[in-house]
Amino acid sequence: MATEVQGTEAVAHEDEGVRRRDFINIAAVSFAGVGGLAVLYPLITQMNPSADVLAQATTEVDLSAITEGQSIKAVFRSQPLFVRHLTAKEIAEADAVDPATLRDPQTLEQRVVDGKKQWLITMGVCTHLGCVPLGAGEGENKGEFGGYFCPCHGSHYDTAARIRKGPAPKNLVVPEYTFTSDTAILVG
Amino acid sequence: MVRFLGALVGLFFAGMLLLSFLWGAVAYVSAPPAETVEHAFHEHPKKVAWSFNGPLGHYDRAQLQRGFQVYTEVCSACHSLHQVAFRSLGDLGYSEAEVKAIAKARQVPDVDPKTGEAATRPGIPADKFPLVYPNDVAARAANNNAIPPDLSLMAKARHDGANYIYSLLTGYQSQPAELLKKFPDAKTGEGLHYNPYFANLNLAMAPPLSAEGQVTYGEGQPKPTVDQMAQDVSAFLMWTAEPKMEARKSTGVAVIVFLLIATVLAYMSYQNIWANKEH
Amino acid sequence: MSFPWAEHYTPKHPLMKWMDEKLPLPRFVYNAVGGGYEVPRNLNYFWNFGVLAGLALTVQLVTGIILAMHYAANGAVAFDSVEHIMRDVNSGWLLRYAHANGASFFFIVVYIHIFRGLFFGSYKAPREMVWLLGIVIFLLMMATAFMGYVLPWGQMSFWGAQVITGLFAAIPVVGEPIQTWLLGGFAPGNAALNRFFSLHYLLPFVIAGVIILHIWALHIPGSSNPTGVEVKGPQDTVPFHPYYTAKDGFGVGVFFLIFALAVFFAPNAMGHPDNYIPANPMSTPAHIVPEWYFWPFYAILRAFTMDLTIPFTGIVLVPAKLLGVLAMFASILLLFFLPWIDTSPVRSGTYRPLFKKFFILLIVDVLILGYCGGAPAEEPWVMISQLAAAYYFAHFLIILPIIASFERPDPLPGSITEAVLAKSKHKTGETVAIAAE
Repeated sequence: MATEVQGTEAVAHEDEGVRRRDFINIAAVSFAGVGGLAVLYPLITQMNPSADVLAQATTEVDLSAITEGQSIKAVFRSQPLFVRHLTAKEIAEADAVDPATLRDPQTLEQRVVDGKKQWLITMGVCTHLGCVPLGAGEGENKGEFGGYFCPCHGSHYDTAARIRKGPAPKNLVVPEYTFTSDTAILVG
Repeated sequence: MVRFLGALVGLFFAGMLLLSFLWGAVAYVSAPPAETVEHAFHEHPKKVAWSFNGPLGHYDRAQLQRGFQVYTEVCSACHSLHQVAFRSLGDLGYSEAEVKAIAKARQVPDVDPKTGEAATRPGIPADKFPLVYPNDVAARAANNNAIPPDLSLMAKARHDGANYIYSLLTGYQSQPAELLKKFPDAKTGEGLHYNPYFANLNLAMAPPLSAEGQVTYGEGQPKPTVDQMAQDVSAFLMWTAEPKMEARKSTGVAVIVFLLIATVLAYMSYQNIWANKEH
Repeated sequence: MSFPWAEHYTPKHPLMKWMDEKLPLPRFVYNAVGGGYEVPRNLNYFWNFGVLAGLALTVQLVTGIILAMHYAANGAVAFDSVEHIMRDVNSGWLLRYAHANGASFFFIVVYIHIFRGLFFGSYKAPREMVWLLGIVIFLLMMATAFMGYVLPWGQMSFWGAQVITGLFAAIPVVGEPIQTWLLGGFAPGNAALNRFFSLHYLLPFVIAGVIILHIWALHIPGSSNPTGVEVKGPQDTVPFHPYYTAKDGFGVGVFFLIFALAVFFAPNAMGHPDNYIPANPMSTPAHIVPEWYFWPFYAILRAFTMDLTIPFTGIVLVPAKLLGVLAMFASILLLFFLPWIDTSPVRSGTYRPLFKKFFILLIVDVLILGYCGGAPAEEPWVMISQLAAAYYFAHFLIILPIIASFERPDPLPGSITEAVLAKSKHKTGETVAIAAE
């Protein structure tokens, strides 16, 4: 520090020269800074999903074997995916609820594909802290509203997988998917 | 004391080495090592003017596709490409649908979802090229005791890889008469093929590219001569070994330009700061 | 410590004052590599290589920690995980090539650093401890580099692990149990791969620790300089910052330029193609060699082809294999004794006419050893390496002590400043002469 001050005093007369010299030093340091920042890019981007992980970002599910009232767990992006064949009773129960009374107001229609109201496809990840709720397997606890129940912190989901009771803030997420035929969907 | 002991150690090692040298030199002069047939007849790869040579080189997409075709129709009968995923074929200029079709045409190992038994299913782009043989024992059994190596990294696993593959594919010939005269014991064995570009001159693989038109190239492509097919498949194997080469070279040019400017600035700044200081 | 005329750290901002009272880290940095460290004004470009070595270690640490996020140390998948880095991980190819070439560049820089010390007598009193710690760093680097080379689990990795641990098997009686213990098996396998990975991750931090001691020890007497004449007064020195930070900045730029040329345009030039073949315990490559930076030592190892026997009895005292191993370790360990072997009172080779000639011979000798170490174990390479290795030992253990006592050194300059001014006068004189023509 002190030496720089001395140096500046020594050449204070040649104002022009000083400015040019300072400019070169500043330019050199700035270039070093830019270079340092550029190096950060590969160091940061390497943590993003790699090409092989991204390539497995879609999942096909065959619906033909799922009978009414049954649900299965598939895997989508390394997370559980709930595929549920709703019964008429379950659909009626879901429709009977006034969305305005819900924490995350949505109707069943908004959560299924038009004309395929019996197929409820959601992520099996509780929106509270990410546990896998029960209710998709045979004989599992479906909670007070007949949908899914998360045992970690006691969140209850209804037959449209909407949050009804407990700490979870949102309904179970509906991923993007399309019907590739009457009995098959492509998720992602 | 340190110097004395050190000198003793030094004299001991230097003395042993000089003795070994004398011993070796006497042996070398009295019975010079016989020239080996590999020394005399092994040839270095022929140089090809690849499109990917040099700091600005790029792959020729059409050539890579032709090379892939040669691999598929000829090499893939025995050689796997296990590090390469179908999805990366998009880099050769294939569309998504074409990549899907290529993957679907191959059976990849999986587990039967109903019985849990080993089974196969059509490939998807996320899969890698399946192995040709389930294990080395099967590979040996099917190939007269020689394992056809995986080709994914072949172009980096040999000195001067792409040139080497090209030279090997086009280098099959009958053993020179001169060789047999000089080394009568070096006659190419049963089931082996003479090739001066192969390290020990004789390899188990029969000439894979033997006739013009063995592979039918599409409209507007060069004539599928043996030489052309060998070049194409060598270029393709360079790509399988180093798929990121183009990104590497183009990043490199930008980095070098940046560093040149930064270094010149650093030099000027250095001169500047030392301007009033003799050193 | 520093010279009495060195600038003192005086924090101005209240926050810096507060910091200085609680944790004087800025003061520490200022005194180590800032305006508070006074350095001889006449250092040449060879003095850049200490900073460059630190930089190379940093490159290795950063890229290495990141590669470890993607690498899997398991014999079944290690090779594929490296290919996964090369093909699928974002910027993975760049990070791996930077790490692989970074090892080579680390050694290039450190070798120049060592030869700088050898020529300018940097190992002599009062800097013996700096030199000793430097050799410790060098040994740690060799261990780290060797274990790192095993990790990709290619053919050279596998057979390198086999051969290098085999060196220990040369020790009589306990040798083979030691090799088995090192590998955790009878041949390199999963156990060896995992422990090498663990140690390869650990050792660089140990190196960083020893580097701190190395710099600490350096700062006690202060940096040496090309004349070897000690600093006499304030006119002989300049503050590290901004003078040498600026010079090192330029050096760093040149380093990165050459490094980038290797990483982006010839990333496999310093590697061996066989390491792109997965490890195969059933077949040894035709011609196995370590990485280039071990070649001189590998040549010394292979140069011993004769057992030490009692003449005419055929009783083997020391087998050739053990001799080679002992000589290879001795070739590095003798450097520990160098400060006491070379007793010449003159530090810098510049003023030692005889030493200078032998020093050039040593450089040529080590280059020849390097070439022989990379060549196949055939004649004439073995014979050449025997002569070269003999000179290597003779140089350090016999020639150096002898010339130290016989040599008549050139007159030394009275001070650093005197040398600097004489040089610049010489330079201006030349310019005048050219102008006159």
